Amino acid sequence: MFKRLAEVGAPVAITVDGKAVSAQTGDTVAAALLLAGIDHCRTTPVTGAPRAPYCLMGVCFDCLVTVDGVGSRQGCLVPVREGMTIETQLGKREAGR
Amino acid sequence: MTKASDLAPSYDLAVIGGGPAGLAAASLAARAGLSTVLFDENPGVGGQIYRAITSTPVTDRTILGEDYWAGAELAAEAKASGASIVTGATVWSLDPQRIVGVSIGGKARMIAARRVIIATGSQERPFPVPGWTLPGVMTAGGAQTMLKAQGLLPAGRTVIAGTGPLLWLLAAQILRAGGKIEAIVDTTPRGNWLRALLHLPDFVLSPYFAKGLKLMREVRARAPVVRADRIEAVGKDRLSEVVFGQGDDERRIAADLLLLHQGVVPNVNLAIAAGARHAWNERQLCFQPVLDVDFGSSVPGIAVAGDGAGIAGGTAAAERGRIAAIAAVRALKPEATVPDPQIVRQRLQREEMGRAFLDWLNRPADRFRQPEGDTLVCRCEEVTAQQVRDMAAMGCEGPNQMKAFLRCGMGPCQGRLCGLTVTELIAVQRDTTPAEVGYYRLRPPVKPITLAELASLPISETERKAVER
Repeated sequence: MFKRLAEVGAPVAITVDGKAVSAQTGDTVAAALLLAGIDHCRTTPVTGAPRAPYCLMGVCFDCLVTVDGVGSRQGCLVPVREGMTIETQLGKREAGR
Repeated sequence: MTKASDLAPSYDLAVIGGGPAGLAAASLAARAGLSTVLFDENPGVGGQIYRAITSTPVTDRTILGEDYWAGAELAAEAKASGASIVTGATVWSLDPQRIVGVSIGGKARMIAARRVIIATGSQERPFPVPGWTLPGVMTAGGAQTMLKAQGLLPAGRTVIAGTGPLLWLLAAQILRAGGKIEAIVDTTPRGNWLRALLHLPDFVLSPYFAKGLKLMREVRARAPVVRADRIEAVGKDRLSEVVFGQGDDERRIAADLLLLHQGVVPNVNLAIAAGARHAWNERQLCFQPVLDVDFGSSVPGIAVAGDGAGIAGGTAAAERGRIAAIAAVRALKPEATVPDPQIVRQRLQREEMGRAFLDWLNRPADRFRQPEGDTLVCRCEEVTAQQVRDMAAMGCEGPNQMKAFLRCGMGPCQGRLCGLTVTELIAVQRDTTPAEVGYYRLRPPVKPITLAELASLPISETERKAVER
């Protein structure tokens, strides 16, 4: 869906649901996920529908993911950091955790 | 990086939001000698218009354009002004006594401010069309944010749809960067021209006129532009095609990415939660704070500057920030030298010229603000337009009662993407006005925070003793 215009940042290694993903300094979690081609970053708590980052400016909360064990972080506001572990949030099943 | 523990317990001025209004306000106040702190929740300053202005990887200046790069000066001035600029700082609470609740890196603090300037800007107006929650559908502003901040360009089949200046700007930026656009679906109602033309003389004299024409010519030469009065995102689990049309004519375009936009509206959550009175703006179809000439709100000591005060654009936002800051300096340090507010007001007036034309021309059609049937209104709690309409028809009079019935506005976005739609649907269903219906009652925390963040608040000995047995 997206491609990078220029490789100017330093590489940052993160994992998404256990898989290695390569990001760059300056990426937010949401941008890194979109660039990695993930099809959704969470499912909704009501119907379990898939959602992906929508507004990228902290408004919509559709990019909620678990970052280093902390749930419901806004992926568009969190910069990637070396070794960061990101997990997609499956709304219905994981609502109680 | 400033940590929560680095913050002072109190400041003369707290500015919330680091876009043009916030940067200009903090800069002016700090130079005049006020102890000033500026909080922004993003990794860097600039707000949305000057997003990532200090760090963008897009170095070819022609891609984002000179209007974007003008933000570099504001950011540099603010940095040199002596104001404490704290990024990655989420303000989740502001009360009428001007106590600011803020979280930085998972640690919360409550700080006191003698004056507060809310500069939380605007957000994109909700665009509730069928399929707008599908992965592959995003806002135009969102795509622009990633272009500015990360240098990401839409790849694959991209459709841009809606109305408003940002739509054309984004299209031009994508094309200049070497991207491709399958179609631009223009949903501007033709009938808007009648009302807009009344304001044409003002618009022709404004800087928007020449810029706007040039931009539209640039885009039309390189991407197909199609008019439509309806649009739908279609796909199972993700977007596969965009269906749009006008009258009996219907077209389908296979697409990987649909970017929606129909203007911007003030980001009202913090100001409403702080108790500032708001009123309906019929021209801009949104709620905005009721303000005095210095952008002071109904809550003493709290001002709202920038697009949060009503949409007027980035350059106007900076002037508004300056006016609010001058008022703060005059109240707290009358002996300090400040710029002549009359000159700033004149510049502001110039920047606001042409706005009426743009507002009337780009006024979204009723059907794109008042959806029907299964179209989701509340993305978080997945409440449909029909549910809201039915409940209003059954006697539900306002958005707050609607929450109790349907849970709309009660998810993590706290009504940001359904508030205006719910208000308008109730108004239309009950044959009254949005002003009568009102908006969601918003309370702190205006951003979700964890219990651990709350628990990290410093506790004094007296407070500890008060609960110890």
